[in-house]
Amino acid sequence: MKTLSQKAMFGLLTGALAIAASTAVGSAFAAGSGYPLDHFPTEKLTDQSALQNGAKIFVNNCLNCHGAVSMRYNRLSDIGLTDNQIRENLLFTADKVGEVMKTSLAAADAKAWFGAVPPDLSVIARARSSGAGSGSDWIYTYLRSYYRDNSRATGWNNAVYPNVGMPHVLWETQGQRGATITEIKSVIDAKTKKESWSKVETKFTSDGTKSEAITALEGTGHHAEQKFVFDKPVGGSLDQPAYDKQIADLTAYLTYMSDPSAKARTRIGTWVLIALGFFTLLAWQLNRVFWKDIK
Amino acid sequence: MAAGQKQPVTGAGLLNGPLTWVDQRFPLVSSWQAHLSEYYAPKNFNFWYFFGSLAMLVLVIQIVTGIFLVMHYKPDAAKAFESVEYIMREVPYGWLVRYMHSTGASAFFVVVYMHMFRGLMYGSYRKPRELVWIFGCLIFLCLMAEAFFGYLLPWGQMSFWGAQVIVNLFGAIPLIGPDLSLWIRGDYNVSDATLNRFFAFHVIAIPLVLLGLVAAHILALHEVGSNNPDGVDIYDHVDKQTGKPLDGIPFHPYYTVHDIMGVGVFLSLFSAVVFFAPEMGGYALEFNNFIPADPLKTPSHIAPVWYFTPFYSILRAVTGEFIYVLAACAVLYLALIWFTVKSSLSKIIATVAVVGFVGALFAFEAKFWGVVGMGASTMIFFALPWLDNSPVRSIRYRPDWHKYIYGVFVLSFLVLGYFGVKPPSALSERISQALTIVYFAFFMLMPWWSGMGNFKKVPARVTFAAH
Repeated sequence: MKTLSQKAMFGLLTGALAIAASTAVGSAFAAGSGYPLDHFPTEKLTDQSALQNGAKIFVNNCLNCHGAVSMRYNRLSDIGLTDNQIRENLLFTADKVGEVMKTSLAAADAKAWFGAVPPDLSVIARARSSGAGSGSDWIYTYLRSYYRDNSRATGWNNAVYPNVGMPHVLWETQGQRGATITEIKSVIDAKTKKESWSKVETKFTSDGTKSEAITALEGTGHHAEQKFVFDKPVGGSLDQPAYDKQIADLTAYLTYMSDPSAKARTRIGTWVLIALGFFTLLAWQLNRVFWKDIK
Repeated sequence: MAAGQKQPVTGAGLLNGPLTWVDQRFPLVSSWQAHLSEYYAPKNFNFWYFFGSLAMLVLVIQIVTGIFLVMHYKPDAAKAFESVEYIMREVPYGWLVRYMHSTGASAFFVVVYMHMFRGLMYGSYRKPRELVWIFGCLIFLCLMAEAFFGYLLPWGQMSFWGAQVIVNLFGAIPLIGPDLSLWIRGDYNVSDATLNRFFAFHVIAIPLVLLGLVAAHILALHEVGSNNPDGVDIYDHVDKQTGKPLDGIPFHPYYTVHDIMGVGVFLSLFSAVVFFAPEMGGYALEFNNFIPADPLKTPSHIAPVWYFTPFYSILRAVTGEFIYVLAACAVLYLALIWFTVKSSLSKIIATVAVVGFVGALFAFEAKFWGVVGMGASTMIFFALPWLDNSPVRSIRYRPDWHKYIYGVFVLSFLVLGYFGVKPPSALSERISQALTIVYFAFFMLMPWWSGMGNFKKVPARVTFAAH
């Protein structure tokens, strides 16, 4: 009797755990647009020349519309830049190296031109983290996922951030490209309530012209999915690997900027853990000595 | 007692003089003896007994880091978000102070949940420790209020929308609801007014109450003495000459050195999080909270911080159709009382209560009952001393199948917590509803099951093997 109830309990426990585990797997794909994120090459975070190049790209391109008001220019000393280097090469939106990275774009103008004020980028790499990947993965994929789409006001669309308000700012570097989006989706007829599946193939040419082909699929056992295939970019100043490297550098900089104390933190943390290890060892010995007489 | 009558302090070397001076004007030596050097604690404390002192440590960490944060934080809707980043970047070691505080909040709940579970396992709430337990439950409620108010302060998206959702819950209370939530917010929306009052509660009101309750918790404990994993009373066997319990040892130095060891291990784990994973994968610092609060953009998924999620799941589990299940449970409960309780007065009271409850269930909307369920799930702990009918305190001497009941309860708490961080789904709703029943059944049926089964013989003295 007892063993039976014990077995039942055990079954209950494992069952509940299994259900919890299966929903955990299921929800990992729920975040964002569902476009799979590429892995940001994290070794860039310790590569000072990459970080400096990223800072240059950031100041030259992003700061025109976005601010980073929690970041001071002279904090770039963290990534090996001197005040003079900053003053001569990077100081476009401020007069003094002690100032914060403000944008040169007025918020009211931004609202009128883009429909929304571009977000401040100080901590964007942390904000964009999700179950699908780190914030760095998101930025790294996002900035490499633009394609031409003339149905958008800016002429650009993005696989990671569908219908994004920001145009492809670095298009001259990457070039223009089209894309083919293959979507398998179900449609439920309003009258008959019957479900039917179709494959929708949307093609964008490198000048953003859209064409659509719909083929009906037999049966009902399909899964909804969306697949992007990008064309080869046309007319960019860099080839794809070189462009990817630029974006990796920029992402590295944005990641650094979102948490500038990260390096100091892990360095100090190592010593703190070593010290606490010794402390614990001493405390353990002290405890042992005292408790020797407790029988 | 007149100053001259007290014995001079001895054994403190050069400090004998000053300490004697103080002791003749203040209960220094007697307090030291009552609470430390002559407070006898059972010698068989195990792992679970570290968490009381650790909760004190985390409280101190939170207060000290909190003081430094307040020096730089701006409780102003226009400046709050940036002032936190200012602390993280411009204030020397501000990042450390802030991460200690944010990690400390999560650590506080980890430690307190372990501490409460210890009490549950070893029957630490049983007579004569009911008040110790009640003060502890009040501390737990204060802690939740403290965490809730504090979470608005960084003024990120989760801060804002979390507060919005929770304050709106009060709107579900019949009649006074909408006015009550307006009164709590101080505005029609969570706004600067809300931020300022939450700041006041977080840094002054709740901490004052919390400290008072912690003092009461410890004073009550030292009045009745500590329980132990065997649940036996150490004062049942005292040394005939000295009157000291045979299985008791002075808290100082034995448990002070013991707890310092716990502090070392705890601080190592705590520091590992603070220095190497301060976001704790988005659980301690939610990613969405790095986006400044925007009243016009509702996040697609609003989840409270992990330590609230078991209760939040219970809130979400109460849907319109679940009301019928609750009504059925209430009727079954009444039937159980009719069949098992002899006193006819109890039967009448129970019938009136259940009929009233079922009537009220259908009179008010499900949202209100969700709020009631969430509130009840945090407050039902108060009743524990009067629900437990077991002849023994400790789980060690209860029937084996009781352990599975505790196991199922803990598991349902964890799974509810897990579903609380996830976006709602049809499956998770059903499971949460089932586990909500399990959660409440654990307490509501305790008067019956806790007395059932073959209890083992409780030893006269504590079980202890020398280290």
